[in-house]
Amino acid sequence: MMAETEHEMVEMTAAQKKAQRARNIAIAAVLIAFVVILYVGTWAKLGVNVLNRTL
Amino acid sequence: MTQMKTNSVDAVRDVPIISSAMPGDYIELLKPRVMSLVVFTALIGLLMAPGSINPVVGAIAILCIAIGAGASGALNMWYDADIDAVMARTSRRPIPDGRIEPEQALAFGLVLSSFAVMTMGVMVNWLSASILAFTIFFYAVVYTMWLKRSTPQNIVIGGAAGAFPPVIGWAAVTGTISVESLVLFAIIFIWTPPHFWALALYKSADYEKANIPMMPNVQGEASTRMQIFAYSVLLVVISVLPTAMGFASLGYCLFAAVLGLVFLYLAWKVWQDRSVDTGHRNEKRLFGYSIFYLFAIFSALGVDAIVMRLGL
Repeated sequence: MMAETEHEMVEMTAAQKKAQRARNIAIAAVLIAFVVILYVGTWAKLGVNVLNRTL
Repeated sequence: MTQMKTNSVDAVRDVPIISSAMPGDYIELLKPRVMSLVVFTALIGLLMAPGSINPVVGAIAILCIAIGAGASGALNMWYDADIDAVMARTSRRPIPDGRIEPEQALAFGLVLSSFAVMTMGVMVNWLSASILAFTIFFYAVVYTMWLKRSTPQNIVIGGAAGAFPPVIGWAAVTGTISVESLVLFAIIFIWTPPHFWALALYKSADYEKANIPMMPNVQGEASTRMQIFAYSVLLVVISVLPTAMGFASLGYCLFAAVLGLVFLYLAWKVWQDRSVDTGHRNEKRLFGYSIFYLFAIFSALGVDAIVMRLGL
């Protein structure tokens, strides 16, 4: 309980909020790009062999 | 209301616990200008390699090389934050400027390195991924952590890190390391000392302040100028090897020879003309020209490779 009292709450400034939002958007964009790269790359590398598997 | 917790340790350190870093600050960590040279030389290695590669896979290979190079730049900025703060040329970088915390740069560099290498391995081949991993290690650990602060040969040996990209591009296509790709490596490797020492000659006070043992600060300006010329002679000889070894045309050879003679002339001027009142004009001209030279040489090799492929 003592440790809890040592914590203080801080409110983000407008600039910090803006920066955080920009970073979040950038991370989302990079993750989406990464998924697209893996998806397109897999098709490019394997072609129709992607579908060639035993069921 | 957005609230975040802080703790007493951070309060004592007076560290901003909520980052104000913008995505652009992280992009700055990647050293985009260095990255452009890396991407370009890797692309030429990829184009020159015999055989073919799916264009999408080729683009992924180049992207991985770019990200890997950027990641090693971020690791370099993390480790060198103390000396970057001292030098005028680097004092506005994101870490000494207070926009990004060193730990954030370290995490950023490590994560990007891992993703670049693993993606390269899975999507392209594991040889190129291994060379990429070694390049990142070489730049971040061997050059940045060891050589840079300990020997005037720092950029000579460390130059290998900048010379690997065409080898990686070549390996992405062929899955091998060949003598031809090592010649491309050698061009960049031998180009690095005259390029950096020209800069070091007119930034020697900066390096002195940061206590970095660059060649002019350790062995003196006269010795550095002589070595610049010696490396330039070697560079001109190596630059025509692609034709001598049969993987570039005579046209390339002539072009490289002309570019090389200009390089030699500027290096000669740096060696011979040491008048103090020129404001290091010769050194600045050689430094500027050396960047153009490398782009021009690799452009010529790229054009040559395309012409050869098309059978023109």
